[in-house]
Amino acid sequence: MKLKKGIPLIDQGNKLGFWGGKFGGNFVPETLKKPIEDLEALFNKLKNDKKFIAERDKYFKNWVGSPTRFIKLENLTKYVGGAEIWSKVVSDANGGAHKIYNATVHCLLAKQSGKKVVIGDTGAGYAGKMLSMAAKKFGLKCKIFMGAKDIARQQPNVKAMKKNGAEVIPVYSGSQTLVDAVSECMRFWVANCDTTAMCVGSTVGPAIFVRICGWSTSQISRELKVQLIDEFGSVPKKLKLYNCVGGGSSSFGFWNEFIDYDKKQCEFIGVEAGGPEKSKLHAAPLTYGSKIGILHGAVQYVNQDSDGQIKETESISAGLDYPGISPLHCFLKDTKRARYTAASDEDALNAYITVTRFENLRPSLEPSHAFSVAIKESKKLSKDTIVVVNSCGDAYKDREILKKRLGKKYV
Amino acid sequence: MFNPISAAFKKAKQENRAALLTYTVAGDSSKKQSLDILKSISKNADILEVGIPHNTPVADGSQIQTSAYRAIKNGIKMNDIFKIIKDFKNLNKKKPIILMGYFNMIFQYGKKNFLNKCKSSGVNGLIVVDLPWPENKDFAKKCKKKSIYFIQLLSPTTTEQRLKRIIRDSHPMSYFISMLSTTGGKLKVSPKNILKNYNKIKKIDPKKEIVIGFGITEKTIGKLKSADGLVVGSAICKEISRSLKHRQNPVTNVSKLVKKLKKKIL
Repeated sequence: MKLKKGIPLIDQGNKLGFWGGKFGGNFVPETLKKPIEDLEALFNKLKNDKKFIAERDKYFKNWVGSPTRFIKLENLTKYVGGAEIWSKVVSDANGGAHKIYNATVHCLLAKQSGKKVVIGDTGAGYAGKMLSMAAKKFGLKCKIFMGAKDIARQQPNVKAMKKNGAEVIPVYSGSQTLVDAVSECMRFWVANCDTTAMCVGSTVGPAIFVRICGWSTSQISRELKVQLIDEFGSVPKKLKLYNCVGGGSSSFGFWNEFIDYDKKQCEFIGVEAGGPEKSKLHAAPLTYGSKIGILHGAVQYVNQDSDGQIKETESISAGLDYPGISPLHCFLKDTKRARYTAASDEDALNAYITVTRFENLRPSLEPSHAFSVAIKESKKLSKDTIVVVNSCGDAYKDREILKKRLGKKYV
Repeated sequence: MFNPISAAFKKAKQENRAALLTYTVAGDSSKKQSLDILKSISKNADILEVGIPHNTPVADGSQIQTSAYRAIKNGIKMNDIFKIIKDFKNLNKKKPIILMGYFNMIFQYGKKNFLNKCKSSGVNGLIVVDLPWPENKDFAKKCKKKSIYFIQLLSPTTTEQRLKRIIRDSHPMSYFISMLSTTGGKLKVSPKNILKNYNKIKKIDPKKEIVIGFGITEKTIGKLKSADGLVVGSAICKEISRSLKHRQNPVTNVSKLVKKLKKKIL
């Protein structure tokens, strides 16, 4: 299994949509074959269409707000006493997280295909909130599927979705989290694919959704590359990019422009959700050696039992609480281009405390996982190493959890 | 050896009627009860579809999901499912059984192991919901080597060119999904239109058997009886749930329902 240079990773899959001949694919009911093929044809055409790209860039710039900041965390760097710690503040983006890129592109595609309704899944509520924003912007009807457990723990985003006019459909099956929301959303699409466009909220699902999402979030690394060169004159000799990994959309977008660099120069570290320290459950299939299986249409490493039933996950962060992982990350892991590790709920909370103590930055619980590992590793790194953490979400949505776990002063 | 699935269609044709196919979830609501249900409905059903319960089913509606979750909760495992089928076949060797499920369960069992086990327990056909054509080509060939029919699914969204290619590669039986829906949805297309689509497909290769499924209930089954076969699944799962809720015996209730369904297509 090998990465190819000079070809975007999203386009390195084979004819059937397998990366490395192994990960991804299209394990979907027959009914979805045609709508998926239609979407593939549309996307393949538009992704090279100058007019479409100009339209995308216009919305990214004027509506999403591009570029998001790239800042040095001076106080945190001093406190840690190792590598220079920087952050790409993707939570600056309209709506407060990276999910806006994928949502915008899906709505632009839906408009092109003449569909009037767009549906999506959501875990932390960001994917849903952003889709509802984009749907409103582009005049589409919007339905969001969300696990009942996530609805209870991510109320600020639920309120935002409803305010944007979206219908939030609670999912009561299974573990009532993201995995069930994605299943239910796919089921709805099976029954309504003639009138409805589906947006999968991360780089997961059938291959075309992995590609569209990866193409969209890659905006993050396009901006970062320019910002790095502005700041340092070139891409630094020792660069480490830390990102949390749930489905894997923000991390893929954060790394994409740097994949062709040697990993000695530019290392990728993905941080999965290890769950509560005392629990055996986790959402870290790459770190804890989960077996390869099929979930939501794609081959990937996935938490499952020996029969192939998908296992329940547990994490303080709803956005990382997914038993599988993008086929793109499976490919990056098996080719050893990226390194994956996990942080526990407690690690993430401690990192949140540390970051907010020293910096005017409030990463949500998802990027707090990445900060946890970045802070630990930075201590041992040389002063000329540039560590960049993607702060891909804002903690506003986590206020209830933070209040409960850390007390009022942290909200 | 003549596959019992083909024999069942032949028999139904001789009786000038559609074949009745039932779908129940293995292990719903317990291992023993699901075997008892199979035994009792086999008098009226021509072909028995047995579902492998899966906890992330992307094509099943709420009735089958409920049955699947119930079976999983009661501890059903792959090997139990094979045991149920084997026990059934020991009593009724000629009644065809089609195993239906999602590909991850087969993938984890190991494709080769899975097919060997299917063969030894008496499975005659397989439906894999999320293994469409052409991805299923290799696996379908492996099934053929074991004299197990790999049953292709066809949908209202399947393009004409694709229909032709799938039918060309298909085994003697295929499955037409009546409408855009998960299983158990309300029939939102008129039976007349369903049959129009069905006949279009049937024309491609009239020798091949095509059954219709999704949304078929006691109310609608009679209007579709000109098809080669009709599948009822969610209505049966619903009857099991209803019986359990009212503390009635699901075995007798389901048996009665299947008898009624059969009457409607005679």
